[in-house]
Amino acid sequence: MASSSPAGSTKPPSQGPLGLATHPLRPSDIRSDSVEGARSPLDVAAIRRDFPILSRRVHGHRLVYLDNAATTQKPLVVLERLNHYYRSTNANIHRGIHRLAEEATALYEETREHTARFLAATDPRGVVFTSGATGALNLLASSWGHWLRPGDEILLTEMEHHSNLVPWFLVARERGAQVRHIPVTEDGRLDLTRLGELLTERTRIVSLTQVSNVLGTINPIRAIADAAHAVGALVSVDAAQGAPHHAIDVQALGCDALSFSAHKVLGPTGVGVLWVKPDLLERMEPYQGGGEMIREVQMDGATWAEIPHRFEAGTPNIAGVVALGPALDYVERLGYDAIGRHGEAIITYALDRLRGLGGLRILGPTDPTERSGAIAFADPVVHPHDLSTVLDQEGVAIRAGHHCAQPLHRRYGLVATARASFYIYNDRDDVDALVAAIESARRYFG
Amino acid sequence: MADREDRAHLQLDDLYREVVLDHYRRPRGRQPLSHPSCSVEGFNPSCGDQIHVALTIDGDRVNELQVECRGCSISVASGSMMAEMVPGHDVAEVRRLIEAVKGMMQGKEPDPAVDLADLEALAGVRKFPVRVKCALLAWTTLEEALPGISGPA
Ligand SMILES: Cc1ncc(COP(=O)(O)O)c(C=O)c1O
Repeated sequence: MASSSPAGSTKPPSQGPLGLATHPLRPSDIRSDSVEGARSPLDVAAIRRDFPILSRRVHGHRLVYLDNAATTQKPLVVLERLNHYYRSTNANIHRGIHRLAEEATALYEETREHTARFLAATDPRGVVFTSGATGALNLLASSWGHWLRPGDEILLTEMEHHSNLVPWFLVARERGAQVRHIPVTEDGRLDLTRLGELLTERTRIVSLTQVSNVLGTINPIRAIADAAHAVGALVSVDAAQGAPHHAIDVQALGCDALSFSAHKVLGPTGVGVLWVKPDLLERMEPYQGGGEMIREVQMDGATWAEIPHRFEAGTPNIAGVVALGPALDYVERLGYDAIGRHGEAIITYALDRLRGLGGLRILGPTDPTERSGAIAFADPVVHPHDLSTVLDQEGVAIRAGHHCAQPLHRRYGLVATARASFYIYNDRDDVDALVAAIESARRYFG
Repeated sequence: MADREDRAHLQLDDLYREVVLDHYRRPRGRQPLSHPSCSVEGFNPSCGDQIHVALTIDGDRVNELQVECRGCSISVASGSMMAEMVPGHDVAEVRRLIEAVKGMMQGKEPDPAVDLADLEALAGVRKFPVRVKCALLAWTTLEEALPGISGPA
């Protein structure tokens, strides 16, 4: 995605990530860092300085934040943008004819263009801002749902987050459609041998995750999208876990729609992105009605505004959208190539160390190159909640539970797992702290 | 390092008292009942913990109680203590006990008429607010299983 980081060299240093602004990534910066074995191409120490929260302490310990699949921490540039926006620009967009409103509208629309470039989309009109990935998927399901007829099928997968399941259940029930799913294999991959029988002329919609929030599995989106298109289905990609770790190119993925959440890519909470092919978006039914999404309203009806505004009823999270800009800048400056290699190195190291503990059941592909972000595991003795409580006392934040993926846990005969998930500011020390805390929990319960 | 671990464990010792760990390691009352009067499945949607509670009622008295919990140490231990304490008491007494456990989790003054026995060991859960629902899962499920005015018979 090097082409989509135009901000890199032109913005003043204060606009960029502080750890990198004065010295953009050069080959000389590429060092092994603390991830052993594979070299990390990120200067983790410099990155950590950009995230104020990482210097706080929890129960007297250094914070070891390993809950990035739930939400990532925010760099100073994002916090500053939020602050600056409210201090100097705050206004409603697309409405007021005054200076502040013009500035706010321009910032909001610039972020739309930036987001389109981030997704390698050619037309910013395909970018709809929502409240999150959940908001995006509900919009999509509700709108595509209008096209469903009884007997039509929606194909999902067994590894979906509830927010890519339940919205489809709702429309399926309403339209008399059937939901089917691609099963997962024992080692956490989609069982694509079943695809041929699951995709039929009845399949209208295929919606699947790019990266599993539990297994970490990276799915072969392009191949599935091509197969789906061959039977005439529309393809939606849930990139909530993909966007933080992989350069997104909606053309290369070959999808019709794609969703992600800003807060999982260093941005603020309350902002999501739904990208839809503009010619398709043009034909979609509106989702919510209200201000901003109409062209003209009579007492008994209305005509719709142009896309994408038709899908953005009411006052959106303007400050949040504006602050998504510096978040995208930040990852683009690091570059997805470096982010990907760092992620792979840390997953490799973490898998090694966790396996070294013995006895843990680790979900997902054994090959670290087939996964990113998260590692979910179960200890035969210490329940995930207890593990999470013990780890918390040592400053280590992980998540315990079903991670909004109950069908997947059921598939593996589990009720809950512990999940450690990594991002650009995590290093080998964090993995070591995790492993030491697990050992201490085992002693406690053993 | 040892010091750091000790400090963490001081906090944890409040939560994971030896009695609690003992109930977790050897939960009581798991044997299925041959003729239950009533059985209820409890579920904690936020974390996925599951519990099966079955009982036999003889007149006004809870005669037998089976508790089978798939969950964390706190929910398993709480259910195990429940299985140990409840049989032999009449429904009104059991209701008072349920209220007493809830009250303990909310930090209320204890009811002097109710003997909490091993359950006192769960008092430390209060300091870990996210775990309170683990401690209450067994009891709220039992409440549903009891016959009478508020719960389904
Ligand atoms: C794969 C996946 N999809 C969707 C979501 C929903 O994101 P949000 O809660 O930000 O709407 C998540 C978040 O956990 C996720 O991991």
